[in-house]
Amino acid sequence: MKNLIANLNKIFDSRIRLGIMSALMVNETVNFNELKELIEVTDGNLASHLRTLEDNNYLKVQKGFIGRKTQTTYSVTKAGEKAFKQHLEALEQMIRGIE
Amino acid sequence: MNTPSSPPLETLKDIRSMMERSSRFISLSGWSGISAGCCALVGAWLASREIAHSLAGGLEGNGSIPDALHIRLAFLGICVFSAALVSAVLFTYLRSRREGVAIWGKSARRLLWNTVLPMVAGGLFIIRLGYLHLDGLIAPACLLFYGLALVNGSKYTLGEIRYLGYAQIILGAINCWMPGYGLYFWAAGFGVLHILYGIWMWVKYEAKAQTV
Repeated sequence: MKNLIANLNKIFDSRIRLGIMSALMVNETVNFNELKELIEVTDGNLASHLRTLEDNNYLKVQKGFIGRKTQTTYSVTKAGEKAFKQHLEALEQMIRGIE
Repeated sequence: MNTPSSPPLETLKDIRSMMERSSRFISLSGWSGISAGCCALVGAWLASREIAHSLAGGLEGNGSIPDALHIRLAFLGICVFSAALVSAVLFTYLRSRREGVAIWGKSARRLLWNTVLPMVAGGLFIIRLGYLHLDGLIAPACLLFYGLALVNGSKYTLGEIRYLGYAQIILGAINCWMPGYGLYFWAAGFGVLHILYGIWMWVKYEAKAQTV
């Protein structure tokens, strides 16, 4: 059981970071406001979790403008996709282990 | 909530719900289906009166509809379509506001594009059918293309809408071989099926949410 838990990715321990990654896996790009609405967190909280994922190279950030407003969109990187899939597999193994 | 010990099954459910909510437009209200169906039934009733009134003197020799009636029916069709669309959008807007979800997001755009495209293609085809006086094929063509639009859009909204699409396609296909009964098939597909689907969706997703 111990080594099963070791396979889980520590970065995805947080429900917010897991939520961000889930949304990015099924959408090419997601912008900041969409994520905020989806996960229902404050700006600061979301930004800090996004930063963690960015620092780990799991997501790419694109900054652009819509009129005068800045618009920040996020998309998943190859490394992020791989890490997320491994995390899912680890979860699956844990469920099998319990059964 | 941030503890690593949250059970893996719960975590997987969380992931799944997040994926669905971020990629599907789920505010589509059951009332939208019911109201669109009622518009269609009223429209079919008005059309049947027009036809009965106008054909009191008997059909033309080749079985197609005279020009004046043609234009009136086309106009009626556009009115019914607009009324159904407006009422459907209204109920969906009300639901999305109640649930605090933005109505115009990426998922709504995707849903719209994937349903509008087959409907525009079908619309052009139906206009040509009308010009060529192939009137018996107009109702089946409406049902077939609308069914395809629903099946195509079902990937971007509540998945159950695909069954409504299948049912419309089946009705349209049968109607192809029974061209004289277009209005009945039309009323069954756009009227009755919409209302049944709307009630089903309302019971499944909205009735519960309101009592809790």
